[in-house]
Amino acid sequence: MIFEGTVHKYGRDVDTDVIIPARYLNTSDPAELAKHCMEDIDAEFATSVQPGDIIVARENFGCGSSREHAPVAIKASGISVVIAASFARIFYRNAINTGLPIVVCPAAAADAQAGDRLRVDLLAGTVENLTHGTSYDAEAFPPFMQELIDRGGLLPYVKARIAAGV
Amino acid sequence: MGSTITEKILARAAGRDEVHAGDIIEAKVDLALANDITAPLAIAEFEKAGFTKVFDPARIALVPDHFAPNKDIKAAGQAKTMREFARKHEIVNYFEVGRMGIEHVLLPDTGMVAPGDVVVGADSHTCTYGAVAAFSTGVGSTDFAAAMAWGHVWLRVPESIRFVYSGRPQPWVTGKDLMLHTIGLIGVDGALYQAMEFAGETIEALSMDERFTMCNMAIEAGGKSGIVGFDEKTTRYLQSRPEGSRARTVGQVFASDADAGYARVVEIDAAAVPPTVAKPHLPSNTVAAASLGDVTIDQVVIGSCTNGRLEDLRQAASILRGKKVHADVRCIILPGTQQVCLDATADGTMQALIEAGCAFSTPTCGACLGGHMGVLADGERAVATTNRNFVGRMGHPGSEVYLASPYVAAASALAGHVATPEEVGAKQGGSR
Repeated sequence: MIFEGTVHKYGRDVDTDVIIPARYLNTSDPAELAKHCMEDIDAEFATSVQPGDIIVARENFGCGSSREHAPVAIKASGISVVIAASFARIFYRNAINTGLPIVVCPAAAADAQAGDRLRVDLLAGTVENLTHGTSYDAEAFPPFMQELIDRGGLLPYVKARIAAGV
Repeated sequence: MGSTITEKILARAAGRDEVHAGDIIEAKVDLALANDITAPLAIAEFEKAGFTKVFDPARIALVPDHFAPNKDIKAAGQAKTMREFARKHEIVNYFEVGRMGIEHVLLPDTGMVAPGDVVVGADSHTCTYGAVAAFSTGVGSTDFAAAMAWGHVWLRVPESIRFVYSGRPQPWVTGKDLMLHTIGLIGVDGALYQAMEFAGETIEALSMDERFTMCNMAIEAGGKSGIVGFDEKTTRYLQSRPEGSRARTVGQVFASDADAGYARVVEIDAAAVPPTVAKPHLPSNTVAAASLGDVTIDQVVIGSCTNGRLEDLRQAASILRGKKVHADVRCIILPGTQQVCLDATADGTMQALIEAGCAFSTPTCGACLGGHMGVLADGERAVATTNRNFVGRMGHPGSEVYLASPYVAAASALAGHVATPEEVGAKQGGSR
């Protein structure tokens, strides 16, 4: 899968409270959540984001609460992929489970600026910064997590495990 | 090389002789839990995937605590979704308003967690139960849906960091201060993907309530779990749970081997830790409470899954008894459970707090996450015994939260600014 889009750039420790503030968690409707995505860190995000755009952040993206509403909101806002130097662990699981593409690539995260155009090839594991003319190799997923991604998320995997009587 | 307590628990749950950090395992789940925010999303995924039954109705807990008692019509709808699911699947551990509490205070207190258990919860503070020598970790709604259907969870066995605390804490220094200090030391991703193992003479001397507080905040350092080894205090706590409960009837005690492998060992001189406060907007942004005397406040929140246990309220009452909350401050108490309310009534704690001018809430997460029962306006500032001080955490993105212990929060409520108990004339020792 190849995505090309414009960068929305953030720093380190972007927490789930700013990705989707708890005051909006009285619903789990993706379209409703998307209206408030990133609201407390970037009030313009929900109106400026274009389908296919890319979030780039530094270390520990998605720290804090376990709310799966965070990756759901990002995905529903039209973001194609999130690139970060590292991800908080519950967000990392949630992204894989809900089918939000994520890429761990510290060098690309350091290099990219807001407004840059990026091209991300998930299968090849590469991030190209078209604006800077640079290219980076992303961290590969461990084989088990790649299997979950390939099967379309956690629940199809679990259904297969239950069917197999395990 | 030996194994850590976490590796031993996960080996048991995976049905293996041993597992090591980095292994991917499928672990049997002893308890899976969710709340009124995370369960509805999980229920939708569970049903969308075509699952028709849960693996074991007795091993699932559903607690309406975040926006309950229902704060608005949409929240009422979410609580209803969870309630109807609980009825349909005969989830006996559904705790209705009036019986419910803040999940991470309620579930161990009702005896649902035993040593050696594997617990997954659709709430990041599920790491709390490490205080009873269980492995417990927060997951998202889809992971919870999978655990409900399958009774297993896939896990990467975490490396452990061993935190060894020595020395006797100064007066007014609690487990909360030790934990804030620790997060300040290693940062909000200092234990990313790792288990935080708390040990040493200082931890042995801590009460169970303080151990719960420390494990509760492992997630604020990025930790997968927090854990304290089993000792006679654990035994006493477990044996005083309800008769016939899991805590009293099952459980397997594990301990880290002397030659277990750790990612690192961090030694902390507990005697050098002052009453500590985390300034906005990260739990790692810690300073001595005494250095913040010029920070005026509008609100104090005492309670939550971090500090809503009886001992926490007693500590606050020991500062506030016979005095009055500052005229410019709203002081809100969020007790952990109905039992905590009853106990605080029986021993005069609730009366002292109410007479001091505190508002005593029903158990709810409410104010901690800016949901209800104490939302902050633009420009307002709070001292809270809760766990997070991110931008907008307790309300308007222009508000600020300072994290502290119940002693410091109560002293601040009297002073109208961030204060230490000494500053408001409290006698040394408190209820410790």
